[in-house]
Amino acid sequence: MNVFDILGPVMIGPSSSHTAGAVRIGLVAHALLGTPAVRAEILLHGSFAKTYKGHGTDKALIAGIMGMEPDDVRIREAPELARKSGISVTISTGEIEGAHPNTARVTLTDAAGRTISVVGSSVGGGNILVSSVNGMDVSFTGQHTTLIVLHRDTPGIIAEVTEVLGEAGVNICNFRLSRQKRGGEAVMTIELEGKSKSNLNEKIRALPNVYSSTMLPPI
Amino acid sequence: MDIDFNYFSLASLLNAAEQNGLAVSELVLRQQAEQLEKSKDEVYCRMVKNYRVMGECIQPGCRKDLHSTSGLTGGAAYKMKQAVDFGKNLTGPFFGGALYRALAISELNASMGRIVAAPTAGSSGILPAAVLTMQAERKLSERACVMSLFTASAVGMVIANKACLAGAEGGCQAECGSAAAMAAAAVVELAGGTPRMIGNAVATALANVLGLVCDPVAGLVEIPCVKRNAMGVANAFTSAELALAGVENAIPVDEVIYAMKKVGESLPASLRETADGGLAATPTARKLYGKIFGKTAETGCADCGACW
Repeated sequence: MNVFDILGPVMIGPSSSHTAGAVRIGLVAHALLGTPAVRAEILLHGSFAKTYKGHGTDKALIAGIMGMEPDDVRIREAPELARKSGISVTISTGEIEGAHPNTARVTLTDAAGRTISVVGSSVGGGNILVSSVNGMDVSFTGQHTTLIVLHRDTPGIIAEVTEVLGEAGVNICNFRLSRQKRGGEAVMTIELEGKSKSNLNEKIRALPNVYSSTMLPPI
Repeated sequence: MDIDFNYFSLASLLNAAEQNGLAVSELVLRQQAEQLEKSKDEVYCRMVKNYRVMGECIQPGCRKDLHSTSGLTGGAAYKMKQAVDFGKNLTGPFFGGALYRALAISELNASMGRIVAAPTAGSSGILPAAVLTMQAERKLSERACVMSLFTASAVGMVIANKACLAGAEGGCQAECGSAAAMAAAAVVELAGGTPRMIGNAVATALANVLGLVCDPVAGLVEIPCVKRNAMGVANAFTSAELALAGVENAIPVDEVIYAMKKVGESLPASLRETADGGLAATPTARKLYGKIFGKTAETGCADCGACW
């Protein structure tokens, strides 16, 4: 955390939790998909569900899904712009068990039928916490370049992944391991400092016991 | 930097400042430059940008015809400024000025204008109103004002670490209360107060609003949010005045911050930004919901076409 998490962001109102933070959750989904979305399904939970129409949370999420930043004056018109771009959007409300009061699940599909899904919470001041990516249990803030490595839980795999990073001179500022059971599938969420080389992800993907690796830029 | 403090204890920061004879803001700027791996100048310049966006909010926020999409707010800052400009308000240009500035930024936010979250958009009027008013009334330099924002942000970081800054989690005490505490700290530093006085001001500002609920009418960041920003800047100056006069606090500031966290946890969901309690649950609020969204509050669907 730094002073600019408290004083900032410069944003379009009315709410850093419900507007700015929502834009960033949308941006995470946008970055994850990587290609233009043709369909967006948004599930809102808690306070998001109850107050989204007044706060423009739906507009903010759609704006982020379309790649707009939190201080973009077009946020107000995001639903119309989405319609014009041929993106079909459905918004529903529901319970996500144990989730923060400002949580959304965003599922995007591209023209090729590829789908990604993100669960993110807006924790205040425009800050976010992503808790699930494509069903994987993760935890990251989007402030740094983030690697999500789905792998087989086996001795040595973490060392192999971090060795690739170390060799590239990349520093790790946050590491989280999540697994369902020993020897099964596990997920590493790694936040990286500084500039990362673009082939880092390919190198990690190529490691044995790694099922998939996703690299997200800072949001 | 060998000066030791952390953002989990405001006391550690205040003590470090006092022991080293440095302003809190200077300590924070040095530490942040180190943490962000940038020069002090770069970090300072980034903060200047924020301060200037804050300053740019006042004029548009005071427009007579300013109004939110819902129509619930807009024009209060104009009225307050008129009273001040014509010498008609009770408490003079200093306090009256703080009030209209807080209202202006808050109303601009509600109208989907461009503001700086400080720490949130709902409370974005409080800290800028306090600092801009000090600048105008005490003829302070921009540099002093920008530096005070570092002190304010440090207070915000401690509160974020020990409690929270979101209405949905901790009620309005977490948003407008925290903003007032941050503003009180900035004002004390700008007035030449000591780190100890900063701690007292922060503790008072938070203690003054323990239990304050988040009850947005029709679920919008307008009523009572705009006026709570006015209350917030008033709270900031109240707290600063007492601290600068040497009034002390029985409960240490870090304990007050923790108390705010516990009180927030005790607030029912209906009073934490769900528009289900407080002012939001009044008959008039329900009617306003219906008027704005075209349906009664019970059904919830506004048929506004947001989902197709």
